Amino acid sequence: MQKRKTVNMAKKKNTKQNLLVLARFLKGSRLLFAFSILAAMVTALADMVTPQIIRMAIDNALGGKEPVQPDYVLKLVDRLGGFAYLGKHLWIMALGIVIVAAVKALAQYLFRVFNTKAAETLVKTMRDSLFRHIQHLPFAWHGLNRTGDIIQRCTSDIDTMKNFVSEQLTQVFRIVILLVFSVIFMTGMNPLLTLIALIPMPFIIGYSLIFHRSIGRGFEKCDESEGILSAMVQENLTGVRVVRAFGRERYERDRFHEQNEEYTSLWVRLAKIMARYWSSADILSGLQVMLVVIFGAVFCIDGRMQSGEYVAFISYNAMLVWPIRMLGRMISEMSKAGVSLERVAYIMNAEEEAPSEKGLKPDLHADIVFDHVSFAYENSPEMLHDICFTLPAGHTLGIIGGTGSGKSTLMALLTKLYLLPEGSGRITIGGVNVKDIDTEYLRKNIGMVLQEPFLFSRSLKENIAITRPDMTLTEIREVSRAACLDDTIEGFSKGYDTFVGERGVTLSGGQKQRAAIARTLAQDARIMVFDDSLSAVDTETDAKIRASLKDHFGSASVILISHRITTLSQADEVLVLDKGRIAEKGAPEALKSAGGIYQRIYEIQSGLPQEGGAYAG
Amino acid sequence: MQDKTQKEAKSLPFFGIPKILPYIKGYKNMMFIMVATGLFGSTIDIILPIYQRYALNHFVGEGTLDTLPWFIVIYVASLVITAIANYINGYLAMKLEVSINRDLRAMAFDHLQTLSFSYYNQNSVGYIHSRVMSDTSRIGSLFSWSLAESIWQGTYLIGAIAVMLIVKPGLALLVMLVLPLIIFLFSLFQAKLIRLNRQIREINSRITGNFNEGITGARTIKTLAVEALIEKGFTDETANMRRTTVKAARYRGLFASTIGMASSLGLAIVLWRGGVLAAGDVGTFALFMSYAQGMMEPVRWIIDCISDFITTQVNIERLTRLLETQSDVTDTDEVIRIYGDAFDPIRENWEPIRGDIEFQDVSFRYPDGDEMVLEHFDLKIPFGSNIAIVGETGAGKSTLVNLICRFFEPTEGRVLIDGRDARERSQLWLHSALGYVLQTPHLFSGTVRENLLYGNPNATPEQIDKALKLVSADDVVAKLEKGLDTDVGEDGSLLSTGEKQLISFARAVLADPKILVLDEATSSVDTITEQKIQAAIDTIIQGRTSVMIAHRLSTVQNADCILVVRSGKIVEQGTHKELLALNGYYKELFTRQYEDEATASVLG
Repeated sequence: MQKRKTVNMAKKKNTKQNLLVLARFLKGSRLLFAFSILAAMVTALADMVTPQIIRMAIDNALGGKEPVQPDYVLKLVDRLGGFAYLGKHLWIMALGIVIVAAVKALAQYLFRVFNTKAAETLVKTMRDSLFRHIQHLPFAWHGLNRTGDIIQRCTSDIDTMKNFVSEQLTQVFRIVILLVFSVIFMTGMNPLLTLIALIPMPFIIGYSLIFHRSIGRGFEKCDESEGILSAMVQENLTGVRVVRAFGRERYERDRFHEQNEEYTSLWVRLAKIMARYWSSADILSGLQVMLVVIFGAVFCIDGRMQSGEYVAFISYNAMLVWPIRMLGRMISEMSKAGVSLERVAYIMNAEEEAPSEKGLKPDLHADIVFDHVSFAYENSPEMLHDICFTLPAGHTLGIIGGTGSGKSTLMALLTKLYLLPEGSGRITIGGVNVKDIDTEYLRKNIGMVLQEPFLFSRSLKENIAITRPDMTLTEIREVSRAACLDDTIEGFSKGYDTFVGERGVTLSGGQKQRAAIARTLAQDARIMVFDDSLSAVDTETDAKIRASLKDHFGSASVILISHRITTLSQADEVLVLDKGRIAEKGAPEALKSAGGIYQRIYEIQSGLPQEGGAYAG
Repeated sequence: MQDKTQKEAKSLPFFGIPKILPYIKGYKNMMFIMVATGLFGSTIDIILPIYQRYALNHFVGEGTLDTLPWFIVIYVASLVITAIANYINGYLAMKLEVSINRDLRAMAFDHLQTLSFSYYNQNSVGYIHSRVMSDTSRIGSLFSWSLAESIWQGTYLIGAIAVMLIVKPGLALLVMLVLPLIIFLFSLFQAKLIRLNRQIREINSRITGNFNEGITGARTIKTLAVEALIEKGFTDETANMRRTTVKAARYRGLFASTIGMASSLGLAIVLWRGGVLAAGDVGTFALFMSYAQGMMEPVRWIIDCISDFITTQVNIERLTRLLETQSDVTDTDEVIRIYGDAFDPIRENWEPIRGDIEFQDVSFRYPDGDEMVLEHFDLKIPFGSNIAIVGETGAGKSTLVNLICRFFEPTEGRVLIDGRDARERSQLWLHSALGYVLQTPHLFSGTVRENLLYGNPNATPEQIDKALKLVSADDVVAKLEKGLDTDVGEDGSLLSTGEKQLISFARAVLADPKILVLDEATSSVDTITEQKIQAAIDTIIQGRTSVMIAHRLSTVQNADCILVVRSGKIVEQGTHKELLALNGYYKELFTRQYEDEATASVLG
């Protein structure tokens, strides 16, 4: 019992948080939504007036019956010349209809525009805040969540929420307004007939609600089946080599046809249910209309109603039937939005990367010190043990280590992609703890080339100049030349305007690495990190790039992570990392004969293997 | 690929309908019934206001309820009949839609099974996928809903006009004056709307792309500290989206308001010129009121349908182009007659395959390339020998394999299988004798067992066990919770890469191919798994002709012949020893790899 209570409370708290997220999204579009609802009210009101004009035309202006309208209407009529005059000059009443129609058309137009503006503003706010928020979430969060899932939350869930607010919610408002107005006007004319008209309504709403609830499951099944079918096509296409090589075209065809058939038959079954609902709902609403027509006629004969009133009443009734049928569907579809809100709020409620408290911006052309640094990822064994080293300003540090030795973790800690917890050592630059350095400032001043570089789907020019959009083409070409990329780019038909396909697919691995190097050079940072970033270029180019980089580094401190001894020999000092510990440390020349791991690697890389001899790996 | 989408024609004669008709002619009868019930239902819809006229004129006007029972009976009967017509019409429209979808999908899918690899190389999986799944459904709904709707609404429009003309021609003509004006205005809006909608779809896909980039590129964005810039690009795009959508909404709003305005205009005309009727003939007056207001909606629907037809042209164009694409690799009618086709093989005519392969003066150019990648190439691969192809990533190592597997055919020259031109036998004949292990192992969703049986559906449990043991995959299966019946997930995602690799080896062994193609794994697997994979390779190439695309040269030293590929061409050829002695490109590759691997092994 107690437990259930806490669960309930947690749920409530969650719902509250989710609604807060929604409220935040709605900022900026609330007023627009209010306007659109106002416009909808005017539309509904205009709808109400037209039948009244017709009714007056029939009953009073032409029929000459005793007017029963409220005083203000009669006053208006008198000012226009009285009913008898209007009866002879029908164009005035026709003009009245046109004027009302114009008001309605304007209101309808404004409704559409306001509503779309509101909805689009909402969507923009949602997308922008999600995108911004995701950009500022800690890197650890990205590691824990799958890309596809996040994207789905950012796209289809957003759409569901938009539809909920801009269509379902406003529709429900409109329907309710229309309903209230109609009932008021109808009651004004004949309360008893109104009651008769309303009696079937709950049944129509209930029927529609029950139907849409139950059909929802059918739709889910169809969606699932479609998902399977779609995945089948996807697999067949990606696995086309396997299919052909095993000669299983027939099997694939049969399997696809079977699923295709099943999916189709699910829909056909649904079609039957839906068609049955539509037609039975037609009968139901048709009967309601008949009730009104017959009872209205009876009342007219009894003299309790005038024929113009009768015609107007039927008009109002016709306005009711369709929205009432929609209402059931709207209500049943609303539940979907709640689920989407929850999924979006999951992202919005994640903690952003905390800004550095002190936000210092010291000169980063300074000594980098790792002081007894140990680190473990969440729920994982320790990755780094007691790392100590100093990289004096302007010097080059080489790091060599196997996969999982912690090289990349070192760099992630330096750039604060992960934060070093209290009591696991300190990382300082010029004596200032990186914790206290402004994060953006820090990252802007550490140029990092990753092993698998990520290029943006923009032009090469924009990619290289991404940190400094004001760079001139001459400057861009200069850094490209230093990265041995200029010739390659000039060879492309569009040169520096060549568009990089999604994730850089149109470039080879080596070209991407060189583009990333050029990008980092353009950054002109105080500290440069090359994380195994020349692995995809051949030895010749590797040497060329290294030579030109040497000229380019200038006064920057450099960290070189590499497997190649030739690369590392440029360093002032080399660290050999082994399973998260520093195994060796020293000048590369000295390490060559220190009798450790480095010496063994050096020997391997400088001598040729024995023919057909023992081959490691 | 981008060029391709641009090349697509924007307009086809008769909205492209003639092109797609042959594919859906089986539904003539269903369409006919759908159209007939639509006509019927909408006719009754037209009659409904006449009941009101009767009620007004007879009951109210004459003050009598004498015919009330009959009125009720006829009214209810009409309702029921309409409901039945609606039921049939709605049901048929949906059934027609899903049936056409199903058939077009199946047709596209089947056709894809016969297309050669050049099609797959030139079109991305995503592109082909949407041909099969989304184009077909757009077309399906066109020939069901859009068709049904335009018939229904068209009939209503014509019917309403007809009734009005019969009852009171003069007034009817006046009311109809509104129509041409409306149609002109609508078609003006519609063209703009179609364009705007296309823009909205494009922006939308760019926004999704941006989300994708922002998430997958998170590490780079953070380390470059360019969040603000990337965000700016994103918010520009969303602002663009809002602008365009609101613009479209303006047109749509004008559209809807015009319709409302038009029906009121019709109503005003009725009151102005027909108001006199109300004194004596309220019924006719009410009737005209209903029609004047009711006939504008159908006009809108019809215009909507026309825009459906216009926008679906692209889908028709894309799908029919897929269906009309001819495979580059086809079997001649003669061959099909003897050996059967991809779906219905005539196995009794198949000669057993030995596994000798020979390239005879082969020159080859990819259908979408301009450069010859092979020129007058000769190579004999006798049964049981072991060929390796080495070179850097992207150097074109797959070309020879593509030719051996007849995924492509030589531009000039011949590839002989067992001494006869490969083209003299069917593709399936060759493929049935082929085993293919991919570097990124591809498993299908389903259980491990289903995947193993993929290459040989008739394998016995004993054979499965044997195959698993042979490649040391038995441990993998033993570790799985449900053993062979464990689900591997979509694309085998529930297994590790190493596990997938071993399972795919076992699958190849079960198929017991005479010719085995191995696209060697470069994926990072742990040392123990790697040793297992190596041992498995050594075992399964025994007693077969094997061609191995190798990334790690350490694995090919025992090959009978090594072909070295650089920039798409074979630059060196020989045994490991011969190639080292050559002191050329192979030696450079070998030295570099040796260093890298040895280093990695020292570093652990």
